[in-house]
Amino acid sequence: MSNIIDARGLSCPQPVLMTLNEIKKGAAGPIVVLVDSDASRENVVRSAEGKNWSAGVEDAGAEGFRITLTRN
Amino acid sequence: MKLKNFFASQWGIIGIGVIIGILAALLQKLGNPPNMGICVACFERDIAGALGLHRAEVVQYMRPEIIGFVLGSLVAAYMFKEFKPRGGSATIVRFILGVFAMIGALIFLGCPWRALLRLAGGDGNAIFGLAGLAVGVWVGTLFLKQGYNLGRSQATHAAAGWMMPLVCLGFLALMLVFPQIQGEPRSGVLFYSVKGPGSQHASLAVSLGIGLLIGFLAQRSRFCTMGALRDLILFRQMHLFSGVLGLLVAAFATNFILGQFHPGFAGQPVSHTMGAWNFGGMVLAGLAFALAGGCPGRQLFLAGEGDGDAAVFVMGMIAGAGISHNFGLASSPAGIGPHGAAALVIGLAVCVFIGFTMRNQTR
Repeated sequence: MSNIIDARGLSCPQPVLMTLNEIKKGAAGPIVVLVDSDASRENVVRSAEGKNWSAGVEDAGAEGFRITLTRN
Repeated sequence: MKLKNFFASQWGIIGIGVIIGILAALLQKLGNPPNMGICVACFERDIAGALGLHRAEVVQYMRPEIIGFVLGSLVAAYMFKEFKPRGGSATIVRFILGVFAMIGALIFLGCPWRALLRLAGGDGNAIFGLAGLAVGVWVGTLFLKQGYNLGRSQATHAAAGWMMPLVCLGFLALMLVFPQIQGEPRSGVLFYSVKGPGSQHASLAVSLGIGLLIGFLAQRSRFCTMGALRDLILFRQMHLFSGVLGLLVAAFATNFILGQFHPGFAGQPVSHTMGAWNFGGMVLAGLAFALAGGCPGRQLFLAGEGDGDAAVFVMGMIAGAGISHNFGLASSPAGIGPHGAAALVIGLAVCVFIGFTMRNQTR
């Protein structure tokens, strides 16, 4: 089962904080992060990649973005 | 696959910082006040003066750069399908943070952009302001680590996202209907400065054009001076900070070439030498920006892409400018205002209260 972080409606740095906290917990992944702004999408992807995770982004239209993070 | 946003890359953010630095220094050459090519706080304060929300005669001008920032961001947001009308995240708190952010910035005499531009022009007093800004943002990160946040925003009607851009179009219309008359303090409903920083400005077309360009680029790159310090402290991320460094270096180089670099502490343009208050004012401003999630420039760009909460922060800053000058809180080259110290203490108390009480509202 993957962990889902719903960061929709939250502005940065919250989505990044929530993502990094989940990574810090030692989750084996994958982690799914839901965000609804392009800035949040970029920040989450950039931060996760900085922690050596890879990110796949799915554009969910009006629902925002679904980012799937997997440990490298 | 989505086209990669170049401006959000490492070189993109450095590039926009460099462009802002060059254009800001150039604006000083073209008529804007010295070491104040672009100052979001000062310019919003000048707008408050133009509207008569305060009557400090030397700082009244409807700055087209601010109008351009919002409208340039609006255009970029529409072009790249990022216009997202939203709001409703602790709106009144954002207004209050905007008020005290402005009060803090006007004790120092500048927003983070101007702090960088002052340093790039040789004003050593800016070092105290920048140190204060860093401390204020650092305190903000402590609250963020404890779970501080203002809660979720909601998607809303397109018209709500249009409010701030429409206000800016209205400001522009007022400027065109009531243009400045040489030597006159008033034109129709608008106030203009005859002397002082408010009387120093580039032409409307140049100011608006540069404002639009920066607004467009900054929307794409998410340029933010507060975010730069916050991400550096909180996540050890250099991304946004590299943009800030780009601005500083480019403004310094441009100033140097144009003969606008004059190192020193005393007698620097539109500044005072009270180091402790320069520091303290920016601690307050930095904390308020951190709690509100963006520096004054970033709040304008967010307002342009439909963020109603950021728009309310901007309105808070404009109201704060009125309060600052009417109550004698703002500094002048002679030093801090008669009630500046009291306002600083109250502002810090309010921000700390907000930081401690607004927590874990994410569910």
